[in-house]
Amino acid sequence: MSRCPSAAALAAALAAGLLGFAAAQGAAAPKSQPASQPAQAVEPAPAAKRLGIGRRATPAEIAGWDIDIRPDGQGLPPGKGTVKQGEALYLERCAACHGEFGESAGRWPILMGGAGTLASHDPVKSVGSYWPYASTLMDYIRRAMPFGNAQSLSNDELYAVTAYVLYLNDIIKDESFELNRSNFTSIKLPNQGNFVDDDRTTAEKEFWDKSPCMTNCIPGEARITGRARAIDVTPDDATAPKVE
Amino acid sequence: MAGEHRNAKNATSRRGFLRTAVAAGGAGALIGPAAAAGNHANEPPNVPDWTRMLGDGVAVRKYGKPSKHEANVIRRDVAWLTATPQSSVSFTPLHELDGIITPNGLCFERHHAGIAEVDPADYRLILHGLVDKPLIFTLDDIKRMPRVNRACFCECAANSGMEWHGAQLNGVQFTHGMVHCVMYTGVPLKILLDEAGLKPNAKWLLLEGGDAAAMTRSLPLAKALEDCLVAYRMNGEMLYPENGYPVRMVIPGWEANMWVKWLRRIEVGDEPWQQREETSKYTDLLENGIARRFTFVMDAKSVITNPSPQSPLDHKAGFTVLSGLAWSGRGKIARVDVSLDGGRNWRSARIDGPLWDKALTRFYYEFDWDGRELLLQSRAIDETGYVQPTKDALRKHRGVNSIYHNNGIQTWYVHKNGEVENVEVS
Repeated sequence: MSRCPSAAALAAALAAGLLGFAAAQGAAAPKSQPASQPAQAVEPAPAAKRLGIGRRATPAEIAGWDIDIRPDGQGLPPGKGTVKQGEALYLERCAACHGEFGESAGRWPILMGGAGTLASHDPVKSVGSYWPYASTLMDYIRRAMPFGNAQSLSNDELYAVTAYVLYLNDIIKDESFELNRSNFTSIKLPNQGNFVDDDRTTAEKEFWDKSPCMTNCIPGEARITGRARAIDVTPDDATAPKVE
Repeated sequence: MAGEHRNAKNATSRRGFLRTAVAAGGAGALIGPAAAAGNHANEPPNVPDWTRMLGDGVAVRKYGKPSKHEANVIRRDVAWLTATPQSSVSFTPLHELDGIITPNGLCFERHHAGIAEVDPADYRLILHGLVDKPLIFTLDDIKRMPRVNRACFCECAANSGMEWHGAQLNGVQFTHGMVHCVMYTGVPLKILLDEAGLKPNAKWLLLEGGDAAAMTRSLPLAKALEDCLVAYRMNGEMLYPENGYPVRMVIPGWEANMWVKWLRRIEVGDEPWQQREETSKYTDLLENGIARRFTFVMDAKSVITNPSPQSPLDHKAGFTVLSGLAWSGRGKIARVDVSLDGGRNWRSARIDGPLWDKALTRFYYEFDWDGRELLLQSRAIDETGYVQPTKDALRKHRGVNSIYHNNGIQTWYVHKNGEVENVEVS
């Protein structure tokens, strides 16, 4: 059972930063509902005090779960693997969904191709055409692949399969190339420079409009230009999940 | 029971009516609400069985469920969207709900490798990286900490994503059902971070789930300290497995993909990790081939939930209530406008119920319907002055390839017979 926090614990929490949070919630209460959210008593904040809850995580515990890999190489495991070794593994454990050449089977994610399509009406967002960093590929294979048997590859297998997918994308061109911890960060993907941080508040500034039009905003009667029915892809009851 | 039989029959005939109506208007399918027509044997002056005979006693229904007559109120998926149901989405039936709180069993689902069935006794959360003292917490540890309650909307960045190229899915459940709003109970993330002690160069966090995709997202430290929760309850109950039991992240106003479920690890670092879900996915590809990344905030959006294609107008004319939802990741909703003529003229709707920061907000617009065709739209305005744009205005900025963050104005075409369809207008 969880316990109610004592007043002392709450004070400590407030000191630790809960104060700002509670204030935000108070502000969220509608003005038309007085006293529905009585202001929390805030005492002068003593120095931040830890709760003493939780214990130190051991290096072994952290190592078992710390599987992320960053573009700068932080998190790369020891290991190595060649394109050739990766091909055999890929055909055995990946090709059923992603296709023999990374072209995708059915609706599973495509891994290769699509160069030059990003500005077209049918962009193909593959590892080679879209993904900005090779580390993302190895990180995701390491944490989530093969689908349904996650975290089953050895580190050497991980390097080998990653090398093969990069080979399918012409990022690595030599079948005998060995990908390893020390050469990994030398691999660059071509689309890295084509990402910009969120700029909606400036690029779409016009959406902040002090007085949006209320009457006769568009001349003439509205004309229907598209209908979902014409596409006819909406599920009906027959495809809805069954309930008891 | 006679009543049940009659209701089922009426439901069938009503669906039959809808099918006919649809066939007359074009190909498509509608999912009608439960039958409204009744059984005269239960109506006055007759006295129905439920008034004369004893019903179930207490605790027969140890965990209550909706009436059997509400069996239509369910999450639905769109099978063709994804390769497998383990990495897919189901949608909240917004047209069957009112108010602002989503019942736990109807919150939309989005998994990347199915539901992780976590044993709470074995649950662990590791917090490490650029901290003074790496920590490991049990579920009991987290429940012992000071906690807060907060209702906020949770919207998938891909909500309405199928509509970028034009009207595609004929139902608000499918066009807008990747949003829900529940009251979370949890520990402010800041309390956990303070417990471990942040190093001066800490700038980003990595959040990681315990599912078979070990779902990860990078979170800027400033947001983590501002209002994020490590939550374990929704609407008072423990989280449901499909929503992250026993612990998930709550990141108010930001895209749902960041609200990592089955939270198992938080790493503190000095830069983003550039994970799959923030590079190859959840980035907004613009028309020129450039992609926006770290588009965390969900902009102001609204939709009329009733009437809508799955919830036609049953009366031929007369007093009519339009009902809908509005929300903004930038703050509170300031106003919602409604148009009956495809955006030519607007009137302000009535907001009812709690008006909370970064929560769903309910609006109504009451009017006398003269039985004419209508082109319904709603337009949310938030407290920062952001006005929900038309779909075409969005397309002018972003093209049609961005998949995510489609908050454009939705149009419903109400036919004279009351049926409703998803359209776009010029």
